[in-house]
Amino acid sequence: MNAMSSAEQAVARAASIVTAEARAKARLRRRYALVIGLRLAILVIFLGLWELGADYNIIDPFFFASPSGIWQQIWSWITEGTSQGPLWLQIYVTLEETFLGFVIGAVGGIAAGIVLGRNRLLADVFSIYIKIANSVPRVVLGSVFIIALGLGMASKVALAVVMVFFVVFANAFQGVREADRAMIANAQILGASPFQITRTVIIPSAMSWILASLHVSFGFALVGAVVGEFLGAKQGMGLLISTAQGAFNANGVFAAMIILAVMALVVEFIITRFEDYVVKWRPAPFNEQGT
Amino acid sequence: MQLQPMAAERLSQTAPPTDAAIAIDDVTLRFVTPDGHMMTAIRDFTMTVARGEFACVVGPTGCGKSTTLNLVTGLLRPTTGNVRVMGNPVTDISRDIGFVFQADALFPWRSVIDNVAAGPLYRGTPKAQAYERARDWIGRVGLGRFEKHYPHQLSGGMRKRVALAQTFINQPKILLMDEPFSALDMQTRTAMQDELLDLWSEQKSSVVFVTHDLEEAVALADKVYVLTAGPGTVKSVYRIDLPRPRVMADIRYDPKFIEIAKVIWNDLREEVQLGQNRSLQTGH
Repeated sequence: MNAMSSAEQAVARAASIVTAEARAKARLRRRYALVIGLRLAILVIFLGLWELGADYNIIDPFFFASPSGIWQQIWSWITEGTSQGPLWLQIYVTLEETFLGFVIGAVGGIAAGIVLGRNRLLADVFSIYIKIANSVPRVVLGSVFIIALGLGMASKVALAVVMVFFVVFANAFQGVREADRAMIANAQILGASPFQITRTVIIPSAMSWILASLHVSFGFALVGAVVGEFLGAKQGMGLLISTAQGAFNANGVFAAMIILAVMALVVEFIITRFEDYVVKWRPAPFNEQGT
Repeated sequence: MQLQPMAAERLSQTAPPTDAAIAIDDVTLRFVTPDGHMMTAIRDFTMTVARGEFACVVGPTGCGKSTTLNLVTGLLRPTTGNVRVMGNPVTDISRDIGFVFQADALFPWRSVIDNVAAGPLYRGTPKAQAYERARDWIGRVGLGRFEKHYPHQLSGGMRKRVALAQTFINQPKILLMDEPFSALDMQTRTAMQDELLDLWSEQKSSVVFVTHDLEEAVALADKVYVLTAGPGTVKSVYRIDLPRPRVMADIRYDPKFIEIAKVIWNDLREEVQLGQNRSLQTGH
């Protein structure tokens, strides 16, 4: 009698847990659908009002473009190419400059950050120059690079490099400085040489700082490349914008802007995947295989 | 019940013999703080640890307990006096030394086995051999199932086991421990103390174990150094004649243990009060 009732109670309890879990899951799904639905609604309302406004001349499409005009512009670039050649070539050129600038700037920034982070004297000597260099508005350097390096790729890459370098450097430096004292002492007593300490303790512990900076600095590299093209180029998305601007083609400026945004989002997605792969061990970062 | 007051024999300090594992002879250490003041960390400090001996250092907070360990590693140099390890003056970090830290000093980006293998790999042991030894040591501290885990996936006690394996794999002749178990809960600490005594009795290393916990010191040590409130110097030295092997869970109820702890506590108490009053005044 007693045993029966306790068995029944157990069954009832299990059943109620199952239904409660199902209810909680359904609630989560509904919330997710609501968020997505609201996002879409906002997009549709925004584009719809813009389009309507342009149709009824409340928003002058000559100055502020219109969604349909922007779409037609993108479509014609895709199908007929731009005034300076096929669209994919413009995207390719800009991406190539961005990547080169990003890689050179990031590698340089990481190397400089580690060297100065590990060497107090060098850090004290150079800190003032880095501060000065960092306070120069870097976009202005674009003009210098165009004069010195010409209208080709080199000047854009150089601008992207200086945009990336300081961000990555500052983070790498900070990451090295924040490496745990006890951990370094531990490695030292276990028998590590200064080089081994840098490689197996300092760099891994600075890695989460460095990765965070790579996220931001890819966007900067893109800005550097586009601004460089804007200032003077033969190819690229920046030139496309500058041409459209010269022709008072508002649709063209918006269309190029949207293409750039899509490029940035795609690369951002790739970097995030890379980061998740490298830093599997948040909050304890970085998985380094053996030595 | 028979008390043996001689169990805590007070020793007189003499100049250390030359064959001692660790000989700190009349050392004073001063350093200049970043704001330009001269600080004396320890003064006229003499300490001898024979080969295979387990010495504990107790004293009030801020009396320079950890400083003594750093003198032995060579990370700090004495201002006056000299420090010898295995008969040789300390010049660089000796390969004979192992150090277990108070804080978690494991490498969080390395798995348990990579952490334990770190020492041999740093010292140039071939990879296969280093990992074989690491596997063996992980087994000895009872973490065989956790080889591939990362430190953040382990409990505090398990991380300490990894730290012990990481240190013992180098087979240090001298083992320095800086309040290694102070962050653990009571039960885990007792288990780790047993583990440590087992490893130590197998390895026959000479140990300096710094702690603020007098009972821990008496339970583990052959010899207890009581330091004065900072700047630290040796107030008195006691030989602990409790039989080995000792069982940590039981020893604290042993009447002889209680007697010894009382004797040393009477000695330590006034230093603790002094240290506390001082830290209340200076705000450190």
